[in-house]
Formats: sequence, structure tokens, C-alpha cells
Amino acid sequence: MTRTNDEVRDYNLFIGPNHPGISGNYSVILKLRGDKIIEAKAEGGFLHRGFEKLMEERLYLQNVAIVCRICVPDPDPNEENYSRAIEEIAGIEVPIRAKYIRSMILELSRIASHLLAFGSHAGSIGLYTLPNWTISDRDRILELFEELTGGRVYHIFIIPGGVRRDLPKGFKRRVLEVVNYLESRLPEYDDLFINSKLTVKRAKGIGILSKENAIKWGATGPNLRASGVKADIRKDDPYEAYPYLDFDIPTQVEGDAYARLLVRRAEIEESIKIIRQIIENIPEGPVWNKTPNPLKWRIPKGDAYVRTESSKGEFAYYFVSDGGVRPYRVHVRGASVTHGVHILENLLVNERIEDASQIIFSLDACPPEIDR
Amino acid sequence: MSNKNKGSFLKPFKSLKYIGEKPVTIRVPYEERPTAERYRGFHLNDWEKCIGCGTCAEICDNEAIKMIEIPYLKEEPGKTNKRPSIDYGRCCWCGLCVDICTTGSLTMTREYTHIDEGLDSFYILPTKEGIHKVDFPLGYVADEKVNFLDLERVEMQQLTVEERITSFVEIVKGYTKEEAIKEASRCVACGLCTEVCPAHMKIPEYIQEIWEDNPYGSVENMYTENPLPGVCGRVCTHKCETVCSIGHRGEPVAIRWLKRYAVDQLSVDQIKEIAHIFEGGKKQKKVSIIGSGPSGLSCAYYLSVMGYKITIYEAKPLAGGVMRYGIPNYRLPDKALDKDIEIIQSMGVEIKTNTKVGEDITIKEIKDKSDAVFIGTGFSESRSTGIKNVDKPGCFRALDLLAKISRGEKIELQRKVVIIGGGNVAFDIARSIARLQKTEFGEVGVHLTCLEKRDEMLADEDEIEEGQEEGIVIHPGRSPKEVLLDENGKLKGLRTVKCLSIFDESGRFNPKVDELDIEDYEGTMVVEAIGQAPNYDYLGKDILDRLEIVRGRILTDEYGRTPIPWLFAGGDIVHGPDIIHGVADGHRAAQAIDEYITNEVKK
Repeated sequence: MTRTNDEVRDYNLFIGPNHPGISGNYSVILKLRGDKIIEAKAEGGFLHRGFEKLMEERLYLQNVAIVCRICVPDPDPNEENYSRAIEEIAGIEVPIRAKYIRSMILELSRIASHLLAFGSHAGSIGLYTLPNWTISDRDRILELFEELTGGRVYHIFIIPGGVRRDLPKGFKRRVLEVVNYLESRLPEYDDLFINSKLTVKRAKGIGILSKENAIKWGATGPNLRASGVKADIRKDDPYEAYPYLDFDIPTQVEGDAYARLLVRRAEIEESIKIIRQIIENIPEGPVWNKTPNPLKWRIPKGDAYVRTESSKGEFAYYFVSDGGVRPYRVHVRGASVTHGVHILENLLVNERIEDASQIIFSLDACPPEIDR
Repeated sequence: MSNKNKGSFLKPFKSLKYIGEKPVTIRVPYEERPTAERYRGFHLNDWEKCIGCGTCAEICDNEAIKMIEIPYLKEEPGKTNKRPSIDYGRCCWCGLCVDICTTGSLTMTREYTHIDEGLDSFYILPTKEGIHKVDFPLGYVADEKVNFLDLERVEMQQLTVEERITSFVEIVKGYTKEEAIKEASRCVACGLCTEVCPAHMKIPEYIQEIWEDNPYGSVENMYTENPLPGVCGRVCTHKCETVCSIGHRGEPVAIRWLKRYAVDQLSVDQIKEIAHIFEGGKKQKKVSIIGSGPSGLSCAYYLSVMGYKITIYEAKPLAGGVMRYGIPNYRLPDKALDKDIEIIQSMGVEIKTNTKVGEDITIKEIKDKSDAVFIGTGFSESRSTGIKNVDKPGCFRALDLLAKISRGEKIELQRKVVIIGGGNVAFDIARSIARLQKTEFGEVGVHLTCLEKRDEMLADEDEIEEGQEEGIVIHPGRSPKEVLLDENGKLKGLRTVKCLSIFDESGRFNPKVDELDIEDYEGTMVVEAIGQAPNYDYLGKDILDRLEIVRGRILTDEYGRTPIPWLFAGGDIVHGPDIIHGVADGHRAAQAIDEYITNEVKK
């Protein structure tokens, strides 16, 4: 029996879960005609841990130790969101010093996450030097986290009522040292990666997310801002210490992979600016307002929807309390589901197979957070 | 940066300058990376400090911590022989266990590498030595500023000194609902209190019910071990609070006040309902009880629950024993006692007051009428120092005076009074007299002297402090020498000498004094409150000969069994001296009596 031409040309290709262009826990099934993608199907579920259900079985304080695991590269927005939801329902005031510390953690975490995003973007187009650089530079931030919180990747540090510890002695100076170093590294990233002819050639005009589609499909964060929409929860719905801080929202208009790269590059600079302000202005005072004995802690009936601008986009928790010692329901609105599933599936269509990995990484979706 | 960027071929080559640089990575395992001061590494646990409360296991969100019984560790009051074990296959190094540890014994080191083929080696019992017995500096340790436990007690509203000094109204006002729930929420339910409570009350359970705003359920949990919760909620010696795990870093949970709160929320009828829940049997067998103090009432309640007909013989006009005639009303108001007794009476318990065994009825008559007899007659006689002139008019014994005061009888009140003794009874009489003086003369003139030094005094700290607030002057570390008389032979004061030590090397009571260090206290009334003694005359020689009595206490087994099969004993004459021991004795004796009678019937 002979096959028709169409049958021969159209075939399925599995990118991931074991593929150099994907990080081992996510996959995309591409339907190809030649080297052109005619359909893409995101396949998750390799990392499903059922966090939302797990949370219903745990005490409020215990959950702090698991929410951070929802997004590995950028765990702190989870802790912050979770704590803020409880604070909102229970009416707990957070000391102003704790708010500054939280904002600093969030910004450090954002830089760390963007560095990873750079590295993986570069890796996906075959530029393997940059990942080595960004991973080792990110380590400097992890060392700060280690000093502040005792943990490197999962900090379990932001708890309802504030943070678990005050800044260690000399910590501010070391934060400044690290951000100064990172700032000095940015031009080198430019030389090696962002201004490289290879990057420009590969990334420009690839995976274009138009402004209309970005809004229609629910893009948030750097991906939305790269399509020309100036939206940032830190400004639109300020939380923690952000009302007291001065910073800009970088945007680009093209909406392609390169524009997203540039937005992230500019955000690192903004974050450094924010951290410097925090170091300069952080007030003295307590870092935690006493909450009741965690084993017998009930919060009032009610619900709260809190949002954070994470490095991936809008991160939100919908938290319902029935007045018990455990959450009645916690729903996590992660940015990565929209970016890593719906938008990705749409953007991949009509692109060529060699750009698929790059588009995936330029959207900077976080598979653990998609699956949860 | 702009998107108009065309890119450069040459710029990436700038990175070649790093080609000769030293790598940022380290060569594991030849090089070690030191960790930060707060690093959350492997656990350490100081077994000396650890009390085995299990709060770490409670907060552990991965169930990595399990409490393991260590057979060779001795169990002490407030300390179990359990220690936390940690499964590093489950642990997520969040450090919540360290932050919540009630004693601060659990810490983390900066050690972070463990490589082994055996899975078992990841399941460890942390000690002071560390997982590999290698000395690493401490990492994450408890911080005073962020303490998950609620260390501060909800303050109990009390009458002010001015309000209380002129009346016998109960000093403690009691918790409101909000206060009680907040106080109950401090409990971590470790259960150390239950172990140490003589009656083994289900304290974590009843506190849990209070926290869930269910006083009814709370009292239900009390009546299984203690039929006098209203009394114990006020004047219990609260051994539970001394061992409370929260007390190691803060103030112990106010277990006694919580009990008081729960009982006070319910009406007599509601409590009656609870008291009758476990009732069974046909009440054909009879048991007689001598003495209506805590042990007698407790024994009566549990026996009637088990289906016995109970008669209590009480010499005094009202039931309650020491609770009625020994404890002043400002600590235990009559209505609280009446409530508890009314509920016990509602079980069908008959209390024959004004019936002194040995005078109005003999022990033999009682024995003939019943299948078993329980005696809980307490220490009803006051001891005397026997110092010179102490038998002169104007010298009193504490219990006699307290009984009179509690019945509202007049006493020959003086403007200046000296009390001998430093226990709770001494403070009861001192504070009672202070109230009467303030009411009658407008000023307090009470001096209290005792052998013990200030920090060794036997009375509760609250009693001492409140007594001082009320104007009682305390002279600790003084030994009474003689009662001083003026030329007309009337009382004028008490002479004391300095007490150097109370017990000799073998631990016997044998005070050493410095005869030259003399202090006199002015007073026209002297009250001795140095302890009480029992009176067993009513038992008769036949019975007494068969009992073994050591230092005034009848020797029984754990369940109150005496060498005479039908005779059981409990309360102060066996243990003591407090109410909760009496309650526990009564409960245990009730079980023994039930067993005895059941076996007799079988024969």
C-alpha cells in the first residue's frame, strides 16, 4: 500500500520530557509538516503533586513549608502570597520592616529567576556559555538567601505576620556587594548574548505575541510587557513595601522572543534599583507580629484574593477559610498555565521546529507551577 | 537597549578573557563549602533539655518526626522517655520544629552532607553529637523574637487589693469566653500534665473542648477522673502547670482557671446530666464512707456511678471537709463547693452530717450495715510548735480559727497578730485575719514567720505575693523561740531566732538556729499554722492494731487497700496534702472496692 504525500509529510514529534531543550518535567507534542509546526499540544502532569489538596490537610503554618515548592526557580511569591492571604482574612498587621524584607526577598528572587531564564533561553539556541555564567551568578543570590533564611532554594521564610528572622549582621552590605557585582555583569551578558549577532538573528521575529493576543489570551508579567502593555501589579495593586519604592516598568512593543529577553534584562536593572532603595530606607523595628499557637490557630471565616508580580507574571492565591485550623480551599493562579499551555500552543503554530525550544523558554513558563 | 539592535559578531569574543580564570565551582569532595550561620542542616537534640513533649512531631508537615520511646531513659514528672527521631527521606529542612521546640533543645547544625548506601542511615535519632558525631557549629537555632508558641498567659482579672482586703469575695473573677478560648489556644496538647496530675485528668482533651467553645464537652472530659472540677478549678495545687511544656520558655497554660471557666459555664442541671452519663448498676450493695472531704466525695461519686448505694458520715454540720472549713471563701466560695456536692448528691449519695463516728455511731455499726468502708477523714488536728507559753490564752491553731471564720463566727480579733508557719494554711489564716482587721480596725497588722527562707517557702508564690500586697509582713528564715508575755501575763509578742538550716544531713527535720540573732514581733495574738495531724481514735483499738501507720499516714497499696479487706483509705491520711490527691485516691479506691465486692459476691 502506498501512502499519500500528506500522510508522509505530517508527523508528530515529542519535545520532552527527556529532551535537551526542555527541563525534564514537561513536554510538548508537535505536529509537523516538514519542519513547520502545524499544531502544538502541551503535555504536563509529570510534576503533579496536588499542592492545593495537600494544603487543605495541613495547618496554616505547615503550609508555608510546601507552598514554595509550587515554583522552584521563583519560590518566594508563593510564600508571600500565601501569607498575605491569611493576613488579609485574619486582619494581621505586618511590621513595616518585615514588608521591606519581604520586598527585598521578592526582588532578589526575581533576579535569580530572570538569570535562569536568560541561561535557558541561551541554551535553547545553542549558546552554552551563558547558562554557566548565569547559574554561577545566581548562586551569589542563593548565598544571600542562605545567610538570611537558612535555606538556599526553598526559603520557608515569609510566614503570616512577617518573616522568621531579622537581617543578620552585615547583611545589607553583602546584598549591596552582590547587586553591584550583578550590575557589573550585565554589560558582559549584553556582549556575550543579548548583542550577539547569533541571538539577534535567532530571536528576532520569533514567537510574536501581539498586543491583542497577549490581552486576549491572558498573558501577564514580562511576556505581556514585551507586547507593549504597561501593566505591573507592583504599581497597579501595590503590596508590601512597593508603595514606598521608586521604579519603572520596562516595556517593549514587538512581542517577539527578543523583546521578552530585553524586558527581563531591563527588569533586572529595576530590581537592583529597588533593592538599593530598600537597603537604604529599611526602617528598624520588629520583623514579626505574633500569631497564635500554630497548632490551635483558627482564622475567621472569609476569603481573600491576593496578587503578586512574580518573575513569571501575575501570581495569585484565592484563599477560603471556613473558620477552621486548616484552609478550606486554596486555589493558586499561576502565571505559567497561561504562558506555558495556552499561549505556547498558539505561538508555536507556523513556527519552525528549531525555534520551538526557544519559544518555550522565551515565555519562561515554570512546569512545576503548571502542574502544581 | 533597543529592539533596533542589529547584533554584533565580535562582541561575544570578549568573554574569552575568562579563559584563564579560576573556576567558580569547588572540587567536591576535596574542597568543602562552609555554610551560613543560620544554615538549616542536620538536627541536634539536647536530651538533657528535651522533655519529649512531641510538639516538633505535631508541627512537622511531612511527618518526618516520630517520637521514639527510649527504654533506658528515666521518666520524670514533666519529662517523658520519648525523643524525636527524624526520617531524612521525609524531612524538608523547614526548621519549624526548631522554632516551635518548647525547650529549645532541638537545633540544626551547619552540617549538610550525608552519603550512605543504607536507607536506614537516613533515619536518625538526633542527639547532641550530630549525625556523624563530628563537631559542626550550630546553624539554625530558636530565636527569642520569633517564637511560634504563645508564651504569655491571658491575664486573669482579679479584685484589686483595695477591693479584696475588706471582704471574703472570691479574688479571681474568672475568664470570659474570649479569654478562655485564647488561653486554651496556647496548649500544645503534649499531655505531660496528664501524666503528672494525681488524678490523671484528661487535660489536653478538656482544653481542646474549651478552645472549640464547647464547655459541655470539656466538663464531660473532667467527670471521668474528677467529680470536683468546680473546687479544683479554684484551689487545686496545679501540678499540671508546673510541668506544662509552655512553661519552659514562657508562662504555663492556666489549666486551673480553664477548668474553672468550663464548669462555671454550665448550669447545675447540665452538669448533673454529664455526671449521670456513665451511671449503671442497681444500687443493691452498700458502701459507707467516713469523711466528706475530697477523697470521700470522689469515692462516693465513682462508686455510685458503678451502682453502689453510698452513705457518707460527716462530723461537721456541712459536707466538704477541708474544702469547707479550711479554705477561706475568697479562694473557694461556698457556692462553688455546694454545686459540686449537689451533683454528687444527685447520684443518690446520702450524706449524714453532724454524725461523728466514734460518738454518734461506731465503726462496727457502720461495718455491719455495709459491704465495704472507705475512710477519708483527713488531717483535722493542728500541730503545735510546743514552744514556751504557747498554751496561754491568745494562742490559737490555724484550723480552729479558719473553721470559725468560714462559718462566720466571731473570733477574738486583735490589732497585731503573729502567724507561725509558711505554708498555704498559714497564708489562709493570715489573709483571713488581715481582712477582718481591715474591716474592723481599718488597718492590717499581721506578721508571718517561718523556718524556710523566702525562696523555699512552701506556700504558692501567688499566695505569698498577694498576701504581701494585702499588707502581711513576712519574716522568713526565723525559728519561733517563745511567746512573750507582759508583766500581767498577757500576750505581747513572739520571740524568734535565726534559722540556719531546717533538715540535718540525713534529711530529718532538725532545725539549726543561731540563738544570738534574736528578733521579737509584737502581737497580742499568736496563731500556729505549722501543719496538721490526723486523729484515728474513732477506728478503735482493734482496727488500729491491724493497720500500719507511718508518720501519721496509713499504709495502703496504690488502690487504698488496707490490711483489713473491707477497709479502704484515701486522701490526706494516705497521701497529700492536697485536694487533687484526695480525688485521685477516692477514684482508685472506688475501683478497688468494686473489685473487692464483686469478688466477694462470686465467693
